Parts: sequence; structure tokens; C-alpha cells
Amino acid sequence: MMMDTMQQVSVEIKGVQNALLVTFGEGDWLLAEASLLQRVDAQNAFFKGARLVVDVAERDLKAADMGKFRDLLSERGVSLWGVLTTSVTTQETARRLGLATQLPGSKSVRRLSERRSTESQEQVEALLIRKTLRSGMKIEHSGHVTVIGDVNPGAEVVAGGDVVVWGRLRGSVSAGVETNPNAIVCAMEMEPTHLRIADTIANVPARRRGEKRGPEVASIFKNEVIFRIWKK
Amino acid sequence: MAAKVITVTSGKGGVGKTTNVANIAAGLALGGSKVVCIDGDIGLRNLDVVLGLENRIVYDLVDVIEGRCRLRQAMIKDKRIADLYLIPAAQTRDKTAVSPSDMVRLCDQMRPEFDWIVIDCPAGIERGFRNALAPADMVLVVTNPEISAVRDADRIIGLVEAEEKGPALLILNRVNMEMVKRGDMLTPDDVVDLLAIELIGIIPEDEQVLVGSNQGVPVVFDQKSRAGQAFRNVCARLNGENVPFMDLEARPALFGRLGKLFRGAAD
Repeated sequence: MMMDTMQQVSVEIKGVQNALLVTFGEGDWLLAEASLLQRVDAQNAFFKGARLVVDVAERDLKAADMGKFRDLLSERGVSLWGVLTTSVTTQETARRLGLATQLPGSKSVRRLSERRSTESQEQVEALLIRKTLRSGMKIEHSGHVTVIGDVNPGAEVVAGGDVVVWGRLRGSVSAGVETNPNAIVCAMEMEPTHLRIADTIANVPARRRGEKRGPEVASIFKNEVIFRIWKK
Repeated sequence: MAAKVITVTSGKGGVGKTTNVANIAAGLALGGSKVVCIDGDIGLRNLDVVLGLENRIVYDLVDVIEGRCRLRQAMIKDKRIADLYLIPAAQTRDKTAVSPSDMVRLCDQMRPEFDWIVIDCPAGIERGFRNALAPADMVLVVTNPEISAVRDADRIIGLVEAEEKGPALLILNRVNMEMVKRGDMLTPDDVVDLLAIELIGIIPEDEQVLVGSNQGVPVVFDQKSRAGQAFRNVCARLNGENVPFMDLEARPALFGRLGKLFRGAAD
């Protein structure tokens, strides 16, 4: 039979805070996936109802692959909770499918921003997102975040550094998370449902719908978040 | 023939998904296509009622998937149009009775025989939504001009994009021209502005839609109904025809612009 001669990929499973962490040995993704599913089928009682965090290392996974993997697991009563990876493609896919990209309970965003606030600004990595963030999407990044597109109501951006929105900001945004009061938030149209810089929450002025004020910058001034109209 | 699979979804319940599925499927069949629609709302079926085929159900979707009957046996032929079929949902089971890969297999099996497969997606973003989305070639998102419905539509459009099934097309349902004119309802421009996807239909609020649903006669059959005409236009656009939006559909945009012009002049 094909299955017997098929190469196996080693699958290692260990428990981490309310989830099972799966790591794979060498081998391509489809083989790794098949090996894990075989394991799940063999020990269904153990896996049923579990939340999995899968470490795929450097493998590049597209939405079709990851979506299929999630569905195959869900058919077996197992939910895919998160994907750990070093691949940018895979990370982007996981984010778009609403999966976690770090272990449950991890505080890496905060830790990183603490470390980085002491580094010079140039060393902070920025994340560029070239699409509109829709309701339910959440972007978390330890450095700066630039969105070329809108941030719609119900979407959320959490950044260790600055947030720049080249479009309309109507969702929630937190800049300079926890520790960086020098962070700023810029948007072409500033109508956030919620805006926070470091630990200061902005008092967002209620604006008439359709009122055009042009690009604005939010920053902290005397312990309050203020909004200024952008001038050259 | 190689059918195109259209999934009709919305996120929020009660915006008119099932009505849209019934009318679009019937409209496409009226236009001479061979169409099958699938009720994906397992446990809460009602596409059969809206199509007036309720009392002809013998087998359902779950029976096909679990192998209790052949596919043919579960397809109910419409009594009015030759090439319209329905695969009803099971009423006594829940969404987990079907998996996304079951839906892909089922649709692939039917593709050679049909022009269109129209899937009615249940409300929500859970298993039922995954099931309905898995086989889709094209996704129609139905929304009402209400903030809550638009917010949910935005979420759904994002999920569709994430699954690489996009870009979704938008149907704006139950637009009340009087309320739009009074400024009490979001205009089609407002909705399209936020959702930023292509609009394929604006369905005006019309009592005949409800009457039709209750009688099991989709309003698309009614030549005099404005909503019926709007649904026929959606079908024509799905067939690649370039149909302008109805006079009444274009009105809010025009009025909006004129209104702004007057306000501008007054300032």
C-alpha cells in the first residue's frame, strides 16, 4: 500500500498552557500534515476537543493549505488555535485566518516593546500592511505599524511603536503599548472608535458624519492624548 | 457544462440571505440556465418553504452525505421552472453533520450537470459558514443598510478574503427610498464606501417579497414587482450582462450628490 511506503515525518506533542504544542521533524508540509492526522486518528480519544498550536518552522503555507488543515482537524473534533513559524508568508496567512502566531498567554509584544523602547528608533522593525483591515481583524506588532488602506470599525491595531494609517481610521488602535508615551498615531481621516497611546486613553471627539478634517496626528501632551491637524 | 458555485452569505441573520438565494436561483433558471440550490442551514431549514417545495422533501443533504440515498433522489425539481432543483437541509441534525470537504465533493459531483450551484449559508462564522464557503467560486454578501448588518458584512468580507475566495460581491437588500431621502437610512454610497467591494444589486424594500416568501413563490416571477426586477437585474449581471442600476436604484446616489451640491451652495 502507498501509506506504508510513504515517508513519515516525526511528530512531537507536548502540553503547554491549555493547548497541545505540535512540532515536526524534517519533511515537506503535506507529509507532516498526513503524519499528524494519522496520529490524531490513532489516538482520537486523546485529541478530541484539544486546542493545537502547530510549529511549522520555516515551511511556507498559503491560505488554501492552512484552511484545509484547519478543516481536516475540525472534522476530527480538534481545533487549530495557533501556528508558530519563521516564515513571513505563513505568519501572514495565520493572521488572516484569525489564528494566533504565538503561544497562549505569551507576553512577547509587551516584552519586546520594553526592550525596544531603550533602543534607538531606527532599530525598531516596522510592519507594512497593504490592505484594508476589516471588522474582526487584529494586528499585533512590537514595532511600528503602517496600514495602506482603511482600519474599519471592529478592527484592531496594537503596536509597540507608532501607527500610521494611509486611509480612514475608524477602528481601535493602541500605539506605544504600555511603555512608550512618545508614540504617535497618524491617519488621513481620524475617526477611531478607541485610541490609546502607552497607557493613556484618548477622549475621541464625536464628529459629525462626513465632516472632513484632513490628516491628523494624535500624540500625548501633558498626560492627555491630543489631536492636531497635519501641516507641512 | 461546468457549474459555477455561488455562496450567499451575510454574517448577521435576518438580512434576507434565503430570500436572495431563492430569487437568484429562480431568476437564473428563468434565464435558461440549469440551477441547483443547496440549503446549508442544517437544523434551521427554510429555503424549501420560500421556494414552495416544503411538502416534497423525502431525502436531504445529510442523507446524501451519509450515503442513505443517491444524489438524484435528494434533488427536488421545481414545479414551475424546468431547470431548477433544490437540495434541502436536514431539519433534525446540526451543522457538524456535514464537513467542508463533504461540500466540496458534493459540488464537484454536480458541476458537470449544471450551470449554477447556489448555496444558502447559515448566519454566523462557525462550521456552517465554513461548509458553505469551502466549495465557492464566487461569494455574494447580503447586507441591509443598517450599521450592525454592515459591520457583520465587513467581518465576513474579511474572512472571505482570508480564505482567498474573494473579492466578494455585494447585494444591498431592503433599501427604503423614502427613509434614504429623509436621511434616516444609510445610503448605498455610505455602505459601498465602508465595505469597498463591488455592488451587484440593490433590492428595494417591497411588501411583495414577504408575500412571495409566505406563498412559496419567489418575487422574481412577479413582473410588476420592483424587487423582482432588481433580482432579475442581479441575475443578468451574474451572466456577465452590463445592466445599469434601475432608475429607482440610482436615485439615492443622484439625490445624495444633488443634496451635497445644494448644501455646498448654501454654505
